[in-house]
Amino acid sequence: MVLQLVAGIVLVLACCLADAVISAHANAYVIDVIVNCGVYIILAVGLNLVNGFTGQFSIGAAGFFGIGAYASAALTVFGQTSFLARFFHDGSPVSPLAGVIVMLAALLVGSVSAGLAGLVIGLPSLKLRGDYLAIVTLGFNQIIVVILNNINSMGGPAGFNSITVHDQAVLIPGLTSLTWVFVLVAVSILMCIRIRRSTHGLALLAIREDEIAAEAMGVPTTKYKVVAFVMSAVLAGVAGVLFAHSQCYISPNQFNFLISINIVIMVVLGGTGSVSGAAVGAILVVLLPELLRFVDQYRLVIFPALLILMMLVRPKGIFGHEELDRNWLRGQGNGIKKLIGRIRRSKQPAS
Amino acid sequence: MSMCRSVSVVGVILASIILVGAGCSHNTSGSSGGSSNIVIGEYGALTGAESTFGESTDLGLQMALDEANASGGINGVKLSKQMYDDAGIPDQAKIVVQKLVDQDGVTAVIGEVASSNSLAAAPVCQQAKVPMITPASTNPKVTQVGDYVFRTCFIDPFQGAVMASFAFKNLKARRAAVFKDSGQAYSTGLASYFEDTFKKLGGTIVIDEAYTSGAVDYRSQLATIKAGAPDVVFVPGYYTEVGTIGREARELGITVPLLGGDGWDSDKLFAGAGNSMEGCYFSNHYSVDSTDPHVKKFVADFKAKNSGAVPDAMAALAYDATRILLDGMKRAGKPSDGSYTSDAYRAKLRDAIAATKSFVGVTGTITVGPDRNAIKPAVVLEVTGQQYKYVTTINPQDIPT
Amino acid sequence: MHLLFLQQLLNGIQLGSIYALIALGYTMVYGILRLINFAHADVFMIGAYITFYATNCALDVTHGGTNGAASLGILLLAVLGCGVLGVLIERLAYKPVRNAPRLTPLITAIGVSLFLENFCMLPKVFGAGIQFTGTIVPGDSRKFHFDGVEITLNSVVIIAATLLILGVLWYVVSCTKLGKAMRAVSFDRDAASLMGIDIDRVISFTFFVGSGLAGAAAFLFASLTHHELHPDMGIILGMKAFVAAVLGGIGNIPGAALGGLIMGLAESFVQGYAPAMHISPSYSDAVSFLLLIFILLVKPSGLFGSSAVEKV
Repeated sequence: MVLQLVAGIVLVLACCLADAVISAHANAYVIDVIVNCGVYIILAVGLNLVNGFTGQFSIGAAGFFGIGAYASAALTVFGQTSFLARFFHDGSPVSPLAGVIVMLAALLVGSVSAGLAGLVIGLPSLKLRGDYLAIVTLGFNQIIVVILNNINSMGGPAGFNSITVHDQAVLIPGLTSLTWVFVLVAVSILMCIRIRRSTHGLALLAIREDEIAAEAMGVPTTKYKVVAFVMSAVLAGVAGVLFAHSQCYISPNQFNFLISINIVIMVVLGGTGSVSGAAVGAILVVLLPELLRFVDQYRLVIFPALLILMMLVRPKGIFGHEELDRNWLRGQGNGIKKLIGRIRRSKQPAS
Repeated sequence: MSMCRSVSVVGVILASIILVGAGCSHNTSGSSGGSSNIVIGEYGALTGAESTFGESTDLGLQMALDEANASGGINGVKLSKQMYDDAGIPDQAKIVVQKLVDQDGVTAVIGEVASSNSLAAAPVCQQAKVPMITPASTNPKVTQVGDYVFRTCFIDPFQGAVMASFAFKNLKARRAAVFKDSGQAYSTGLASYFEDTFKKLGGTIVIDEAYTSGAVDYRSQLATIKAGAPDVVFVPGYYTEVGTIGREARELGITVPLLGGDGWDSDKLFAGAGNSMEGCYFSNHYSVDSTDPHVKKFVADFKAKNSGAVPDAMAALAYDATRILLDGMKRAGKPSDGSYTSDAYRAKLRDAIAATKSFVGVTGTITVGPDRNAIKPAVVLEVTGQQYKYVTTINPQDIPT
Repeated sequence: MHLLFLQQLLNGIQLGSIYALIALGYTMVYGILRLINFAHADVFMIGAYITFYATNCALDVTHGGTNGAASLGILLLAVLGCGVLGVLIERLAYKPVRNAPRLTPLITAIGVSLFLENFCMLPKVFGAGIQFTGTIVPGDSRKFHFDGVEITLNSVVIIAATLLILGVLWYVVSCTKLGKAMRAVSFDRDAASLMGIDIDRVISFTFFVGSGLAGAAAFLFASLTHHELHPDMGIILGMKAFVAAVLGGIGNIPGAALGGLIMGLAESFVQGYAPAMHISPSYSDAVSFLLLIFILLVKPSGLFGSSAVEKV
């Protein structure tokens, strides 16, 4: 227990250090890209709980992403003029501690609202199988977008960045720092890896492999499926909070089903069922369009072409079911050695 | 130990993010602020559904820059442009503007057309203290972001009031139906401002309907609108849908005029509408057939430069916005340390832009108001013979508040 | 009020026809491959553009006049063009991953869809601006008055054409050998191949027919409703048509047709009556999904779908 507490504190300190080092050397654009990576890693890792571990096909993650973003933005913006006023001065937190407290509150609100939505949506939906579940989650995603479009106090389709109180604009505070991103990414990944190794995780894997057999073995499948779904929604909500407080502008269209599909691509690219796979997939999908910016309009054509190629050549994704650890690296090393051996043998003259 | 493994996974991933970030910092594309030029940043939609707006804006901006360079640039320094495509997506807009401001050494930023993209990018410029001028975003919230964000077009509250006033006073309409695009902030905003003014003048809104741009047709809503027997139908959407709406409205037997806003401005309107928009009116920033000598020269020069293409409102607005920026730079004078990207110079530039008074542009005589919005008139155009014909100009003073 | 009701009913049927034609393509491919063909909506989009370009050529020849023969020719071109495109996509992208776990072909389908959309948006291809199809079908804007309800000839043509196509499809699926083979492969692929049915040929035929239907829908959509064309136009439309297919029971052909009709009617009535019921009309988009969710909760395999008994 004490060991874990110490490890936690060391983690937070390490993240602060990394933050300081990077901020000193990188400009805001690079920091933005890193924050974006972090947000999508959390989304992908969360979705992996449902799509990867439990084998359910959900395309609705962006809806919970949006709920987390909007709920937390509502708290920090409307709160600035009421019960959170003493933490703010002129739009920014009065002290780092105030910033941490407000962010924690925002995270709480964002994750709880997303989780509740996950429960409400998951309970009826998870009775459906396979492709029907996919469509229903997609439907709920779109419904959430429509609802967000109709919340006029938060801008509706114009998006939300501030409210005007007494002729002063009260903006969404930019609370997301690299420290928060690193800490939350680390926590999400650790959480998912621990789940996988627990009995809870085994139940999820059993459901993925053969749901009827699992039920026959006494695993309460609906309960576990809903729990995985809610956890995934909570993680998406956390990502939403980070997103809202780094962009400082959110609009309903940023949470539509196309984003959900993007997240599914990240998970599949990295290897469905692998936490590190989901994370690496997220980094790739966020990065590739940025790195390909020099080819301008062709990058939107190259990216899907690469995706198709990937599916044809290595469909299980980069990591398959495995995690990025010594065993995997050893396996890759062996694979490369075999390949080199084969090339050498084919170059030898036939004897 | 499983704990070690988990930690190593996390560590590797965090490390890769950082490496990636480092990689990005070396990836500056195109002409990153050469210190020999003054770089003007531009962001807009070159791909995606709004690309026609982005392209027109770019042409107008480029023309203004070319004219300035032809007469020696600013204080003898030539101007260059760094443009990024945001594909019409707000988070892309934010990222490319961040790039412009951090890596490309721009003096100021011009963009965007769609208000949601301007809203996403404006905080970036405000925080970096880089002046930003939006040539065509009409949502009032954009300039509320901060004192470095300006706008050289009118805002939706004004535009909605213009059409309401025109409908009530000029067309003598007393019953209006509203048919807005519920997925576009521009449309919903304009609709609500129209309704406010129309009701204030004494009219009634008989039907309030909405569509979304992905719809197959609009007949169900139009049938309801027809049943409400309005005198006019206000359709504050984009030309992409309005043409089809006009056609279907006429097919359903709606004969009253349709009214709209500057989103109608495109020659593609007639491709979709055919003859169905005859006798309809909309508010716009400028009129191509104006007899004003400035406008005529602008149109002629633009046609010459762009193989006969006629400049639309977006091009004209971008032209004016860029020229106001350049005018501000002239008035700000030479920077004391020679750097056009220093905070001190940008602050002077901001003050100069804010002080713009009675600037003669092709979209009207523009004064930048205390809220950093442009005080300028709107023109009302009528659709006749599949062309736009100038009807009247409505000034800010003529609108009831 | 009764007039308005009839008008909305008519609108709904017209809307539903287009949804039905597209939904059939989704359902046929799903029935035979258990694959949600995300690229189907983009095949529809390309069919619409084929119609657009062909109409321009035809209008050049007829000097702007309408021509019945030309219209039929363009319809045929759209159907064949989409059919061939569908078969190409199947052969190149789906066949190699046919036996992979469920998610892989799905992601491939998503990739093909994104690729087609963005490729067509390139300036050298279709460009990102919108297009409108010219008028080539004779009698395009003729109207009839029926007790105060306005019907255009175009609406009649759309509904009639859809019924005709559905009839032909029914005939092909139930009375021809190839149709029987399709049903066999949908039911049990391995048993069908053991019975001597050429699986590849049947699957290609299914894609051809499904995509051809999308081509027909594209012709009706582009040429008769004169809707704007844009490389992204398939996304929302395809999603709604897919919802319609699931509504009717995915894999079930009459179900898809019925699902399309229900979707069209629901959308029409909700959009038409929303102001009267004091619901913000912008919620109508959510209606199709709410309808779907409601039906799926009540009957999880869709209206006509059969709940597959999973044997352990």
